[in-house]
Order: sequence, then C-alpha cells, then structure tokens
Amino acid sequence: MGEPGTKDMISLDELEAAGGLMTGRKHILSILVENKPGVLTRVAGLFARRAFNIDTLAVGPTDDPTVSRITLTLDGAVHPIDQVTKQLHKLVNVLKIRDLEPEETLARELALFKLSADGAARAEVMQICEIFRAKIVDVAKRSVVVEITGTTDKIEAFERLVRPFGLIEMARTGEIAISRGRNET
Amino acid sequence: MRAVDALMECLKAEGVEVVFGLPGGANLPTYDAFYDAGIRHILVRHEAGGGHAAEGYAKATGKVGVAFGTSGPGATNLITPIADAMMDSVPVVFITGQVRTELIGTDGFQEADMLGMTLPIVKHSFMIQHPLEIPRAIHEAFHIARTGRPGPVLVDIPQDLSRAEIPYEPVTDVRLPGYQPTTEGNQKQIRLAAKALANARRPVLYAGGGVVNGNAAQELRDLAMSDRFPVTCTLMALGAFPAPHDQWLGMLGMHGTRAANYAMDEADLIVAIGARFDDRITGKLSEFAPRAKFIHIDIDPAEISKNVPAHIPIVGDAKNILPRLTSEYRALSADRGRLEEWWARIHGWQRQHPLRYEDSADTEVTPQFAIQAIHQATGGEAIVTSDVGQHQMWTAQYYDFPEPRRWINSGGLGTMGFGVPAAMGAAIGVPDRTVVCVAGDGSVQMNAQELATCAQNRIPIKVIILNNGFLGMVRQWQELFWDNRYSQVDLGQYPDFVKLAEAYGCTGVRLTDKTTLVEDLRAAIATDGPVVVDVRVTREANVYPMIAPGQAARDMVG
Ligand SMILES: Cc1ncc(C[n+]2csc(CCOP(=O)(O)OP(=O)(O)O)c2C)c(N)n1
Ligand SMILES: [Mg+2]
Repeated sequence: MGEPGTKDMISLDELEAAGGLMTGRKHILSILVENKPGVLTRVAGLFARRAFNIDTLAVGPTDDPTVSRITLTLDGAVHPIDQVTKQLHKLVNVLKIRDLEPEETLARELALFKLSADGAARAEVMQICEIFRAKIVDVAKRSVVVEITGTTDKIEAFERLVRPFGLIEMARTGEIAISRGRNET
Repeated sequence: MRAVDALMECLKAEGVEVVFGLPGGANLPTYDAFYDAGIRHILVRHEAGGGHAAEGYAKATGKVGVAFGTSGPGATNLITPIADAMMDSVPVVFITGQVRTELIGTDGFQEADMLGMTLPIVKHSFMIQHPLEIPRAIHEAFHIARTGRPGPVLVDIPQDLSRAEIPYEPVTDVRLPGYQPTTEGNQKQIRLAAKALANARRPVLYAGGGVVNGNAAQELRDLAMSDRFPVTCTLMALGAFPAPHDQWLGMLGMHGTRAANYAMDEADLIVAIGARFDDRITGKLSEFAPRAKFIHIDIDPAEISKNVPAHIPIVGDAKNILPRLTSEYRALSADRGRLEEWWARIHGWQRQHPLRYEDSADTEVTPQFAIQAIHQATGGEAIVTSDVGQHQMWTAQYYDFPEPRRWINSGGLGTMGFGVPAAMGAAIGVPDRTVVCVAGDGSVQMNAQELATCAQNRIPIKVIILNNGFLGMVRQWQELFWDNRYSQVDLGQYPDFVKLAEAYGCTGVRLTDKTTLVEDLRAAIATDGPVVVDVRVTREANVYPMIAPGQAARDMVG
C-alpha cells in the first residue's frame, strides 16, 4: 500500500507509520566543518531533503581558522535523526559530528528583547532583568532593549515573564554548545 | 601554463584514456587545450549522452569516467547522468564550464547554479574560485569518485579562471581531512558473522552492486563455495556470481525468481554484501524476510540499518572483508550436512517455479525468446547494456551473466535512454569484446542521437531494440493495476528504426521471424561498425514473475 504506482489511496495513518525511529528528545549536534563556501548549504540540504525542521542553527569560527562549528538543534521527538547524522558524516567537508548528551554539555544562547517599558512598568522590567542577570543595553523613552544569555529554558522563562509588558520584538542566536571537562567537544 | 593545460596534465596523471563531451562558450578554453593535449575526446551529440557514456565506460572498466559540458544548458543536460551515477555508485568526474566570475549571480548568459542544483545528487563537488585550485580539485575529484563508495564528483570551472596563467606543479597527494572511508572490517564482527553462518540452517548470500564496484566477485564466489551457500544477486550485481551455477538462485526482487525470493522469505540468516535493501528488493518492508537475522557488509555506514536493522553490521570494503570471513568460517569446520534440508526446499521451488514464458505458436518473436536468442548469438559472452523497461527485466532474467561488469544498466534511477550511450562508453573501454545494447523502442529515442557519434567514430555497438510499440512497462502496470486503461503508452510504429539507423550512418536490420532469429542476430552482430536491429516482438507480453507493489515476496504472482 502507498506504493506510488498503484491506485490504492494512501491513508494519513500510513503516512505517519512510514516515519523512522524517534529518540523523543532534543538533540544538539555540534558539527565541525571545513571553513569553505557552500558547506552550510550542504549540511542544511540534508535536513531540507527530508523536510526536517531545524529548531536553531548557529555557525561561527573555532580556534582553528580553517574550521567552523555549526551547532544545530532539532527535536528527536518529531524527526528520526539517525539517518541524517550518518549522511552528514558522508559530506567530504564535515570533519566531526557530536550528538551532545544534555548532561555533559554546556549550551548557551544569546537573545535581544525589545520591550515597551514606560512609567511603572519600567521598574518592574528592570527587576526581572536583575533576577535573570540580563543587561539593559538601550533605553528609549518608551522602550528598552535587553540582552540576555543562558540556556534556552532560561531565555524562554524570561520571555514568558516580560511578554505581558509588551514584547515589541525579539532576536535569538540559537544555541551554541561545548562539552564539559577537558576533552574536546 | 594556462590553467586548462594544467587540467589536461592532471587528466593524464590520472591515467585518463578518453573523455566524453560537447563544447560551448564557457568551456572554450578547455576545448582549446584539448586541441593538442593528446587525450582522446569523443564529441557526443547531447551532454546526457556523454554523461551516460562516461558511466558505461566506468562500469565496464572499473576506471573513473569523465564527462565535459559547458555552462548553463550544457551543464543542466548533465543532471540526469549525475543523478544516475549517484544512485548506482558510478565513479564519474563531471567537469562543467561556468560563466566568468564577475557574471556569477547576475543571471549572466548561460549561467546556471550547477553547484547548487546538483548538491543532493553528487558525492562531492568543487566550485573553483581561484585558478591555482584547479589541479588539486581535479585530483581530489578523482580520488573521491573512485574510493569508498564510488560516485559522481562535479568540478565547476568559471571561464576566466580556466584561462589564467598558473605555475603548474604535479599534485602528488590529496588533503581531505573529512574524507576517510573505512575499508577494513572489524575483526570481531567478522568472527561473529562466521559463527552466525556456521549456525545458520537456512542461509542466503544476497549480493548487491557493491560487490561489482568493489571488484569482489571472486571473493564472493570463494565465500559461497566454502560451503554450499545459496547466492542471489540484485539487478545491479548480476554476474558477480556466475549464472548458471548449482548455488545460483537467480536475481531477487520485484521480477526476481521465486526460488530467490522464497529463499529470502524463509531464510534464518541473510548476508547482505554491498546491497541496500531497496524497495524493489524487499517488497512490503514489514513482511520482508521475517525469520532472518541480518549480517550487513557495506563500505557506506549510512546504508547499515537504513531500511532493515542489521544484527551484525560490518563496515568496510567487501574485497577486504569477504576473504577474512571465508577463512574464519573455514576454521570453524561447520557441519556441511546441515544445509541438506534447505537445499531440498530450494530445489523444490526451482523445479516447481523455473523462469518460464509462453512461446508463440507461429513465427512471432516473444521478447523472452529474443533475449535467449541474443544470448545464443553472442555465446553469452557479450557486454550487455540496457535501457529501462520490460526489455531490461527480461534481459536480467534470461541473459545469464558469467562475469561481473558484463551487465550495465540503470538500476537506481531507472533512466530511459541509458543504454545506447552506456554501450558506446563500454565499447570504448573494452574494445575487444562484443557490446550489445538491448533497447526499448521508447527508451532508445531518448538518446538515439549518439548513433551519430558511434557512426562517426566507428564505435561498433550492436543495438537490439525489442520493439513492442509500447512504453511496455507502464502499459503492463496499467493493465495489471489500473484496470486496463492504457493511457499515453502507445508509441505506434514510429520511427522506422531501420531508416533512422541508416540516416545516422549505421547498419539497420529488421527481424520478425523467430525461426531464423538466432542466425539473423549472429549475422547482424558480425556486421562491422554500429548496427541497429529492430526486432518486432509480442506487443502485450508481461514481465513475470512479479512481487506486486506493496506485497510480500511470498505472494509473488505470474
Ligand atoms: C526518463 C524516463 N521517463 C519515464 C520513465 C518511466 N518508464 C519506465 S519504463 C517506461 C517504458 C519504457 O518503454 P520502452 O523503452 O519501449 O521499454 P519496454 O518497457 O516497452 O520494454 C517508462 C516510460 C523512465 N523510467 N525514465
Ligand atoms: Mg517498448
């Protein structure tokens, strides 16, 4: 059933059953790649081909100028990631891939929040910022811009608290990560 | 020297004997270099023909094929051969011209983002950004194409960079830190596999194209004959195990033999070697080989457990692993008698369900008979290429291939029009062997223009068209699964293939009588130069047996 050449209809149930194995958890992939043009497209293409939704993606230099690090998070409850990591390994420009274990990993994200903050609200916003060790980096008459770093959970908690004051806009980098301890990620 | 002259030096250093291509604006400098480079260049009539010819050359010789095209339409014409080479793991280096660097990204005349378009269908690709990169890119392209799991590699060279003056120094190494294919299988896993084989009562060796690509046919035979292991091959591996043979079950999969498919169905241990459990092999995946444990040997770790979970995965080169597996197995001195019952069962299937067809009562040529006639007329010793469709399946079923690299077809992508150019490439690569293309009357028209190339260069391919006047394979599916509603599959008797052959400068012959078919084919094949034989066959014959779509192997029909 579901064979493209037949006239059998494909039920939605079947479409769901056709998926692969899910790990059910969030994955942080740390991918070291050669610092060459087009490499990001090659990596992203492997996810696009399978219609996988990448949750966050961050690319930056490493200690070695010929090597870049791509940090990519995606939801293993929605996508079977085993095949795609094997395929990533096959890319000639990919040097190393780690599927980071959450307990052994330090993951951080940077976010900028533009909040409306006038009158009494301003003091309250500043108080929340203090608790979260967020920094106010721009102050205007009726708004502030707040910079915050932390885990995704922390940033999402911060967002929930400040949203009621009037969240004008938000920009987030996506997580970058490194393993704990002496060993290289 | 000019970068393009350095390119020629690189090709020579790689041992390239022949390339296929067609020039245009963006690769004019390259073609100027060809003028006196001393490399044989075959001018094709369509870049796709050149790409498939490079594939045919690579498949027949085991060497890397090379195809050239200009930018834009020349490059996009190569897309199908690139995808084809990716699916069947064929080592081909594609070298395309690109517009001048200052025009890139401006929709310049004949600009196409070839690198972007081919990303999902190449093993790797290089976009040249500096003329000094050219020599290294060429050598790395050859290295990547031929090692590990072979595949297509693209090198896209902007026109201005190819004209640059560069100091050329031969490149003697490759620097690819992210590319290190595993070739040596893990010894512990190999030992485990040997034990599993010794314990198996119903084992099957299931060989795929990787055995041919890895030049491991002899090693497969040695393993099979270290006991009486039954062997089946995929469409891509025919010839890896000699047919006929006591231990040969025939091809498996959608149009495989019942013996092969039933053996997979009842096996307790399947050793997959360089095979990828394609849906045309497994049928309904959830009911595929339900009793079997799997040993999976493959050079590509991404194939392991992709479709069927492997119990004993062994990543590496079959040529390295199989002899070690054979000697580990021998050392266990397993009880040979344990396979008696299994063979009795297999022999039962073979007796009850041999490949068979109903022959005509008159002089009509049935397509299956035509393949047997080609086998006779060539003594079973030809290199045979095919197009895609019913004729391809009949050739796979009825032409017994004794050796690897004798059967050259488009399995993974199923590219109509593959046969003629592939035969052309094979004939150039292996000039001392008869090369036959079994073509479909539909498929052959997709690259018939290469007959001109064959005529001009006296490339003596023998194209035998099984002319049923239909897009036969599609017609078969419409008959069987779409209530006989024949929609857009009738080709009529167009063109006149004899006249077409003659117009191209080839010999054209029409054959319609089965009683003289073998001699007539023998005469046609003995004719010098390229020959096209239009064999009129039964219009509505079907390929059987068949695992109907979505069905399990044990429910084969026909
Ligand atoms: C380029 C391309 N287009 C369409 C198809 C779908 N297709 C598969 S087999 C087939 C019929 C081929 O007809 P012919 O070459 O006459 O072979 P026959 O099946 O009649 O032997 C078609 C249209 C294909 N495989 N490739
Ligand atoms: Mg036909």
